Amino acid sequence: MANGILILAEHLKGEVADITYEMLGAGRALADELKAPLHVAVIGPGAGAVTKGLGLADAVFTVDTPGAEVPAASTVAAVLQGLLAQKQDALVMVGWTNLAMGVGSVLSARADLPFVNFGKALRVEGGAVTVTSQLFGGKILSDVRLADGRGIIGVSAGAFPADAGRSDKAPTVEAVAVAVEAPPIQFVRFLEPEAGDVDITKQNVLVAVGRGIQTQDNISLAEELAEALGGAVCGSRPVVDQGWMPMSRQVGKSGMTVKPRLYLALGISGAPEHVEGMQNSQTIVAVNTDANAPIFDVARYGVCQDVLDLVPVLTEKIKARKG
Amino acid sequence: MNLFVLLKTVPDTVEELSVAADGKSLDAEWLRFKLGDADEHALEQALLLKEKHGGKVTVVAMDAPELDEALFMAYAKGADRVAKLTGELAGVQSLASARLFAAFLKQQGDPLPADTLVLVRSQAIDDLEGEIGPFLADLLGVPYIGVVTGVVPEGAGVKVTKEFAGGLRGEFSLPMPAVLGIQSAEKPPRYVPIAKVRAAMKSSTLETVDVTPEAPARVEVEKLYKPEAAGRAEMIEGSPEEVADRLVELLANQSLI
Ligand SMILES: Cc1cc2nc3c(=O)[nH]c(=O)nc-3n(C[C@H](O)[C@H](O)[C@H](O)COP(=O)(O)OP(=O)(O)OC[C@H]3O[C@@H](n4cnc5c(N)ncnc54)[C@H](O)[C@@H]3O)c2cc1C
Ligand SMILES: Nc1ncnc2c1ncn2[C@@H]1O[C@H](COP(=O)(O)O)[C@@H](O)[C@H]1O
Repeated sequence: MANGILILAEHLKGEVADITYEMLGAGRALADELKAPLHVAVIGPGAGAVTKGLGLADAVFTVDTPGAEVPAASTVAAVLQGLLAQKQDALVMVGWTNLAMGVGSVLSARADLPFVNFGKALRVEGGAVTVTSQLFGGKILSDVRLADGRGIIGVSAGAFPADAGRSDKAPTVEAVAVAVEAPPIQFVRFLEPEAGDVDITKQNVLVAVGRGIQTQDNISLAEELAEALGGAVCGSRPVVDQGWMPMSRQVGKSGMTVKPRLYLALGISGAPEHVEGMQNSQTIVAVNTDANAPIFDVARYGVCQDVLDLVPVLTEKIKARKG
Repeated sequence: MNLFVLLKTVPDTVEELSVAADGKSLDAEWLRFKLGDADEHALEQALLLKEKHGGKVTVVAMDAPELDEALFMAYAKGADRVAKLTGELAGVQSLASARLFAAFLKQQGDPLPADTLVLVRSQAIDDLEGEIGPFLADLLGVPYIGVVTGVVPEGAGVKVTKEFAGGLRGEFSLPMPAVLGIQSAEKPPRYVPIAKVRAAMKSSTLETVDVTPEAPARVEVEKLYKPEAAGRAEMIEGSPEEVADRLVELLANQSLI
């Protein structure tokens, strides 16, 4: 009976991305509990060279695809479908990441498998995997049980520790040929991040603003606070999308991953796409008028107040304290 | 260009969300709905493309709570045609929705005209699959790419910018017709005053199309619940003055100031 677990390795520019190791650690635990083999698929041009740290897998399948560096989601899905058939795998894990977006749903439609995305926790119950997903911007969790053991799980970045999935053991690598049609989508080139005036990944203190800051003018309040603390300002996606801050200051899934000593989140709801970029900050302080905002689930300290009331007072007190 | 935008309203997550008695759905009584951010951006991107390159913007949506105002807003912003799919639509998941939209699109031309672009939001917050674009593209037999933040027509296709992580992006080219999952438009979504929305309500009508969903739900939720209170932040209470004093103390204790 097909019962293997197949993890889609994520890689860009020849480097395995952390989400791969995060899934490997979690997948190893599932595989051991289910007594199932754990497989990793590395798909793309030159896939054979991208196997670093994948030693926790029982086997790594590398599949070269035609075309340029980044294969289309439909191509990756086609390869996975081929591998599922060849390798007796039943469960597929893909990252819920920008890069893999579309792979899970296309595979699900073509292979008629249930797709459970936004997975944050996994557990085995009565021989089947239950996936806990974050919905509604992190405010609600849902449990789905993959009762017959088949399905596709989209795994959130940062849900599992990468270190637990990285292994220097040399994995068993097998180059597998899977015939796929030439993709209609062509990768042209990378657009490198625009260098900002400040590198927010190198700051000790970050004052982050979200939509709760309300206007562009109010950002100066956060800037004054950041200055008093000797840090820099950064923001959530809506603030950057509004053009109030450059993309180099965006924290989260599409933006930067930061780990400052202090992360002050002002008017940020704490959507999973934001949280994955800041959850490993040392001390998180959140200010939000909504007592149920998910940011309070990751923060160490919380204040349920209007940022516009609190921030000017806080800035003055910090300045006074510093003298 | 022949531009289609799929819109959907989702519960406003700034409001309190509670789980209904069945333990598997949200309590509808208190929900307020609004267009998702990425829906706003998909519409904006379509309008920008029309303004730059000519063409027509057709908005399509499945009937849902508080949808009509969003649809008249789309008219007020410059959509040429707005169609609403109506029927027994409760609990319809992404694949089933995609089938309905695919059928609607095929009625507009089969095969679709060569300059057709279907713009959908790249992800949803209210659906376990979370993506309708890839399903739709597969059903239409056209390419799909998601997390798109820029679209430029180029020959018989388009050149798009897709986000990866850490600010890195990629440029891709694909032929039309195509389905694009829009994350952010090239400009922030335009604002229309409510008076213009009211005017649109008087001057335009929403076309309705009766549909019958098929495709059973493949993902069954066992339970919905709120995150545990245990891991939550220690809340600091008091006036802004008192809170600020306490924060300064905490930060000083950790040598952060
Ligand atoms: C593929 C993809 C990639 C994404 N990438 C990113 C990313 O890189 N970074 C990112 O941040 N997001 C990203 N997002 C978006 C993410 O899903 C959320 O939409 C976003 O993080 C929400 O930003 P926000 O918290 O500022 O806004 P909201 O969710 O609107 O929250 C605003 C908060 O402010 C509070 N508030 C309002 N007024 C006040 C006030 N006066 N005082 C205090 N609090 C107030 C509200 O209670 C609310 O909680 C991505 C989404 C997708 C689908
Ligand atoms: N029930 C629906 N009604 C209208 N549009 C929808 C519906 N479901 C999905 N869409 C649209 O399809 C795109 C992706 O939605 P989703 O599947 O929810 O990610 C968005 O543009 C939605 O607006």
